[in-house]
Amino acid sequence: MTKEMPNQINIVYFSWVKERLGRDQELLELPEIVENVGQLVEHLQNCDPVYRDVFSDLKKLRFALDQGFVGLEASLRDAKELAIFPPVTGG
Amino acid sequence: MIRVSVIESDFDAGAEIKNLSALGGGAVTSFVGQVRGDGTLDALELEHYPAMTEKALRKIADEALEKWDLHGITIIHRVGRLGVGEQIVLACTCSNHRQASIEACSYIMDQLKTVAPFWKKEIKQDGSESWVEERQSDLDAAKGWEN
Repeated sequence: MTKEMPNQINIVYFSWVKERLGRDQELLELPEIVENVGQLVEHLQNCDPVYRDVFSDLKKLRFALDQGFVGLEASLRDAKELAIFPPVTGG
Repeated sequence: MIRVSVIESDFDAGAEIKNLSALGGGAVTSFVGQVRGDGTLDALELEHYPAMTEKALRKIADEALEKWDLHGITIIHRVGRLGVGEQIVLACTCSNHRQASIEACSYIMDQLKTVAPFWKKEIKQDGSESWVEERQSDLDAAKGWEN
């Protein structure tokens, strides 16, 4: 079965990412050129200076696709939810 | 037997230890993490990613079961506002042997600190708030199990 690129993706935010963006989630229409996590982040950065500010240091961010950790190179194919948050600090 | 739970209310560590002990084996290790006071801290606010948290905790428990011969694992992590001295987390393991039980419990806590989607915010007595940052020592401890 070929994996499909979704037309839209739900993005959820946590911790200071959520606070600085002023929202905990949003549904994003995906432009055709956006195929992986890094391109999606770049797309958001180009959309609004707030994203440029909050996502300015990618080393301070972690990403999860459909509830599993991924890197910037991860494909968005078949993905329903992307989470963007700082490194975890539980325990 | 694996039991993972994410809750707002407090837990009874003694009862959890007793439940795992009932599985037999003879070696039970437990770790309880509490909110550490420093004279200026009022509380911690624990946030998590509900859709991912239990999945991440279960994955850690599955990994521990693969590495050590265990009868059971219990992981409980609280969320919400927790005052100084309150319990945050319990990791409990049960095995036939002391070393397996202790090592597995230590492994679970080291992994939990680096891959379970929880975030701590410190709320000081003067009302100021700040998100806790990851510590290199936690990353090193988790990485130490790779060898």
